[in-house]
Amino acid sequence: MERKIALIALFAAFIAALGLIPKFTLAFGIPITAQSLGIMLCGTVLGAKRGALAVLLFLLLVAMGLPLLAGGRGGLGLFVSPSAGFLIGWPVAAFVTGLIVEKWRAAPLSIVAGIGSVIGGIIVLYPFGIIGLSIVLEKSIVESTLLMAAFIPGDAIKAVLAGAITAALAKARPMSVLSRA
Amino acid sequence: MISLTSPVETWAHRWPAGLKLGSLCIATLFLFSQEALWFHASVFAATLLLYCLPGALFFTSGIRRLFALWPFVVLVLIWHFLIDARVEGLVVTLRLLSAVAIANLVTMTTKLSQIIDVIRWISSPLRRFGLDTRVLEIGIALVIRFAPTLIDKGGQLAQSWSARSHKKPRWKIVMPFAVLAIDDAEHVANAIKARGGL
Repeated sequence: MERKIALIALFAAFIAALGLIPKFTLAFGIPITAQSLGIMLCGTVLGAKRGALAVLLFLLLVAMGLPLLAGGRGGLGLFVSPSAGFLIGWPVAAFVTGLIVEKWRAAPLSIVAGIGSVIGGIIVLYPFGIIGLSIVLEKSIVESTLLMAAFIPGDAIKAVLAGAITAALAKARPMSVLSRA
Repeated sequence: MISLTSPVETWAHRWPAGLKLGSLCIATLFLFSQEALWFHASVFAATLLLYCLPGALFFTSGIRRLFALWPFVVLVLIWHFLIDARVEGLVVTLRLLSAVAIANLVTMTTKLSQIIDVIRWISSPLRRFGLDTRVLEIGIALVIRFAPTLIDKGGQLAQSWSARSHKKPRWKIVMPFAVLAIDDAEHVANAIKARGGL
């Protein structure tokens, strides 16, 4: 019990700390922050339920007004901003990513975690983000999808990284990769 | 950990947090139900006035946080001017700015301890179903305690990376960083157990 709570809380803090890694920019000016990599890692390392709980705990603290999102952002305003859909989708994304890593044990962990991150962190997450954007900015779903499509290459790179990092963690700290424990 | 609550004491700091959060929900729903330009222009003007009342420091820190929305504002305005729907573009922009500004106002005038009290109150029905909400409170405390520590350790990792390479530290420090977080979690779990456990 104590171990699970500590891992959930520390991964929530880990997502916050990842927000401070300097962002890098893709060829056509799209910024990538490491924070959504943290969401994927919550799922791949902690598993479905605990990964989603870590993300929920992180979002609760953001809503409480702590400046934990990339760029020192926080507070309730974010939940009515154009990116609100992504925030709401984050726990679901971590859950789905974790579920895939927990259930699919036949292939190597790096591949499973990478594919799980693509499904959770892109295929499941983007509909939330796109719907949020279309509500706040009053755009159609197609227009919002076009706007968001620019971010998919960055997230695809992050999914590959999440796979590699999870496999490395499973070697370094096998007991702590709860999704495979 | 420094929260985003404004150090400038306003009259709204003394209002009950639950009332502010409830009013915020109603105000946001109402904002999204209205379409008239004059309505959104006056709401935005009134919100700016609210930011002005407590003084220059409060106003500038509030506006600085709204400024983060500029890419969306530029995008929406250009888009609507191109498709010749200027009024609609202004409505969307003003509503976005007002909604975020009003929500930020609640964050800026509510202390962290007050919000924790509201969370305790909201989660109290869960206790009836036999769920231990103390775990949630310990989780919140752990994140508040460990976010700055981890940020510090991440900074040290980035610094030692910069000492070895002329390139910027990027994803390669995420793996050792995650190991640090996991090791800290194991220490914390042992410490909680040693103090009698949950």
